[in-house]
Amino acid sequence: MQNIDLAIIGGGPAGLAAAVGAHTQGIRDIVIFERDSTPGGILNQCIHNGFGLHAFKEELTGPEYAERFIQQTKDLGIRIRLNTMVLSISPQREITAVNEQGVLHVQAKAIVLAMGCRERPRGALNIPGSRPAGIYTAGTAQRFVNLNGYLPGKEVVILGSGDIGLIMARRMTLEGVHVKAVVELMPYSNGLKRNIVQCLDDFGIPLLLSHTVTEIVGRRRLEGVKIAQVDADRRPVPETEQYIPCDTLLLSVGLLPENELSKSAGVQLSPITGGAVVNEQLETSAEGIFACGNVLHVHDLVDYVSEESLLAGRNAARYIQNALAETRRNIPILPRGGVRYTVPSMIDPRLMDPELVVRFRVDQVYRGYRVCVYLGDHLEYSRKARVLTPGEMESVTLTQAMFAKQETVPSVTVSVERAE
Amino acid sequence: MNMAVLTCINCPLGCQITVSADALGRQKIEGYGCKRGLEYAKVELTNPTRMVTSTVRLQNADIRQLPVKTSAPVPKAKIMDCMCALKAVEVSAPVRAGDIIVRNVCGTGSDIVATRCVAASESAHCKP
Amino acid sequence: MVYDVAIIGGGVIGCTIARELSRLKLKTVVLEKENDVASGSSKANSGIVHGGYDCTPGTLKARFNVEGNTMFDDLSQTLDFPFRRNGSMVLAFDQDEIQHLEKLLMQGIKNGVNNLEIINREAALRLEPNLSDEVAAALLIPSGGIVCPYEMTFAFAENAAENGVEFRLNFPAESVEKQAGFFSVAGPAGEVRARILINAAGLYADVINNMLSQSRFTITPRRGEYCLLDKTEGELVTHTLFQLPTKAGKGILVSPTVDGNLLLGPTSQDIGDKELKTTTREGLQAVLLAARRDVKSLPAGKIITSFAGLRAIDETGDFIIGRSPDVENLINVAGIASPGLTSAPAIAVHVAGLVRELTQAEPNPDFHPVRKAFPRFRHMSDEQRNRAIAKNPDYGYVVCRCEQVTKAEILAAMRGPIGVRDVDAIKRRTRAGMGRCQGGFCMTRVSEIIAQELGIPLNEVTKNGGGTNLLMDLNKQDLHEGE
Repeated sequence: MQNIDLAIIGGGPAGLAAAVGAHTQGIRDIVIFERDSTPGGILNQCIHNGFGLHAFKEELTGPEYAERFIQQTKDLGIRIRLNTMVLSISPQREITAVNEQGVLHVQAKAIVLAMGCRERPRGALNIPGSRPAGIYTAGTAQRFVNLNGYLPGKEVVILGSGDIGLIMARRMTLEGVHVKAVVELMPYSNGLKRNIVQCLDDFGIPLLLSHTVTEIVGRRRLEGVKIAQVDADRRPVPETEQYIPCDTLLLSVGLLPENELSKSAGVQLSPITGGAVVNEQLETSAEGIFACGNVLHVHDLVDYVSEESLLAGRNAARYIQNALAETRRNIPILPRGGVRYTVPSMIDPRLMDPELVVRFRVDQVYRGYRVCVYLGDHLEYSRKARVLTPGEMESVTLTQAMFAKQETVPSVTVSVERAE
Repeated sequence: MNMAVLTCINCPLGCQITVSADALGRQKIEGYGCKRGLEYAKVELTNPTRMVTSTVRLQNADIRQLPVKTSAPVPKAKIMDCMCALKAVEVSAPVRAGDIIVRNVCGTGSDIVATRCVAASESAHCKP
Repeated sequence: MVYDVAIIGGGVIGCTIARELSRLKLKTVVLEKENDVASGSSKANSGIVHGGYDCTPGTLKARFNVEGNTMFDDLSQTLDFPFRRNGSMVLAFDQDEIQHLEKLLMQGIKNGVNNLEIINREAALRLEPNLSDEVAAALLIPSGGIVCPYEMTFAFAENAAENGVEFRLNFPAESVEKQAGFFSVAGPAGEVRARILINAAGLYADVINNMLSQSRFTITPRRGEYCLLDKTEGELVTHTLFQLPTKAGKGILVSPTVDGNLLLGPTSQDIGDKELKTTTREGLQAVLLAARRDVKSLPAGKIITSFAGLRAIDETGDFIIGRSPDVENLINVAGIASPGLTSAPAIAVHVAGLVRELTQAEPNPDFHPVRKAFPRFRHMSDEQRNRAIAKNPDYGYVVCRCEQVTKAEILAAMRGPIGVRDVDAIKRRTRAGMGRCQGGFCMTRVSEIIAQELGIPLNEVTKNGGGTNLLMDLNKQDLHEGE
């Protein structure tokens, strides 16, 4: 059994930043466990730009953004075990992993979970019809195109207007493929507005809101899909059904934090985010196990993943240094109004940094609302927000000063409310 | 009076910028959140440009495709020509990010540069 | 060259028969039209080893079901395929239905099924705490079991191959003729001649028979739709739960699978198309509705996939097993719908007996009954894993993260006695792609392994044989100047 200070599960942007954060705090005995043959995670196949505007004030492609952190880990001498798959983590922080040298057992003083997320598959949607070739999740198709250099098809329909679907609409078009439509169940797109412009409008690709795929047609190969408009309950309206011939269907219908390993460690998961429940240290319910990045909650911008992960790494390091308080008095951070969830979801104000970023998402589109923060019943902060949408993560910043003003604060509430 | 509403694509904020002409025909631009947005709006209606990313065939490495980008925005109308120009391109590893793969692609003044460092690989011939 | 026996159909029937025949000194060949064995109904069914209470006494179904059921403990050990005798329950929701249970009990006893018992609601809930509160009573069938139908088929097929049976995949039988002393089976893949022909062609057994015999029959496809739930729900129930059977079939069941998932289905709908394996909105809704009747709190968001299978139904409602009345040396094994899977081992012994009569063949002295599946990483202990990796480092390369399938197993599926080369076949052999992400992560890696192993470009890798290439073309191939 090998003993190390800090194990980081995942060598994508979250894991890399966590390693840097821990190193900066003074921990040296760090190992990143990465299942792929190179670090960088999903960024390696995100060859488009749009990364790094916040973190580096530059517009970088995915590989370039990844390289910034990979270079840092190299400069700092942080070890990465590549081609290594972690199989389980115990609540006592024992890691079992495997690679071509054999099975590894590693005892870590602290762990940072940075496993990212997976795509929701067709099966989870229960779309009726046949099961022909030509149906992929957008990320799988992205890997085939960007890393293998092959096109899944020539006549494509995309279900889901989240960013991955939009990016692939453009990507396929630039490779000479005919993208016939992007079909979106909701009355709004979940993707960034800029992506609607530069991925769909630029190429005249129609975006069909409030529509869904009702049937998959094709024996051995996809031949077409039936789509229909949906009503207010998001059920298909049969009279509106139409048939779109196509040979490829890309699904961009949701990302799910990949928490199998977290479950084996006994980490409590939130049913809303699918990720771990964490306190302001980004520590999970399992002592010494921290979480960050998409495995904690699905992000839109990798810049925020890096911010969050630097903190998680730093805090994991402080835990190892016995600098984190043993006893905590947690108060909940409650999502109210249109707020679906917050990360973190609990805080011990005595232990927080001078400033703490609380990230959240809303449950639908809100125009002309205010984002409000209450300490107990007292409205501490409020700001106008022109548009709030589920596809764009928001944040509020709590400060030590806010809590110093009041004696005891039973809870914090983050809500969105109609502006007067 | 003409009016157009643009979504700025420079950053994820996506400011809604209104470009209109007043009674004297002078251009009025409102709604941008920063200088880059203003510049974008000025150009977008007359000579829209875009940064373009793609991949090209890579030999002698463990991966088959090299990610690339234009070094500067190119006219929107020339995007597909630029992509076509990449069809025949083949690069051999090792490559450094920033290496120029194609100079002055389609006469746009922009180069095509690599965005990833890729080492040469001994087992490259085994990969599909 | 003329084979002694040709079996048309590499489903569970053809493969169990093949294995039984390999006990005899015979030159046997199995002709399968798809790219792997168990590609038809054998891969898309409930995987239930039935008790035998549901069959009409005196039928072939009753006889072979009960006989077959008893053979599974031994066979699953000897041939190394997963099987569990988890017990079945038929649920009754009111007094009328309880009377129906009593009829089933009597029928079961008549068929020779042991240890049947009708239990009351409390007893049922003690056994299955997640049963719906609407359940009034249940018929308990301890001999019921669950099996993986395609793993079972591979096990028989691989043992048959190891014992000398030849398997020809991608060999559709488009024409069958009786010539002097042999049958000629021909198609795009070639021609095979055999003295004895066993028709185990599933949905197409009527087509094969009717090419040769005046004693014609018709096989009607009856579609069944299923939903499969995540392994997190695999322990919702331990028994296989049935509702009362109707003329259309055994009804929709709720069952754990031997791999740890929860299976719901099937519906029952006669259709005209032998290839229409599509799911429908109505069918999937019917499955969920029926399942919700059996168990309380069936979670909504846990479906990982849905699929449809086709049963081969003969109009008599019974199996057709035996020598053709008018074509010498033709043996039909047709209309094998439920309880076909359970009956298969018993049917195989019977058919092998018929062949022995016809051929007077001697036993095969080299027959070895034991077959070991290639070792599964996910079932190994740490020491076993280390030993496997030391011998073969590919056991240390986990390709499918959700099901923990390594490269070694994928290559074993490709290189085995009946090697396969398509993503779906590899999926069924190894479970790579059957987990919660349904191949989202591993499909690219599995295709790379296939391409490398076969020495083909990535865009020649198929999902399921011809016309199902995963990838169409190299990037940018449709970009042309001046567009």
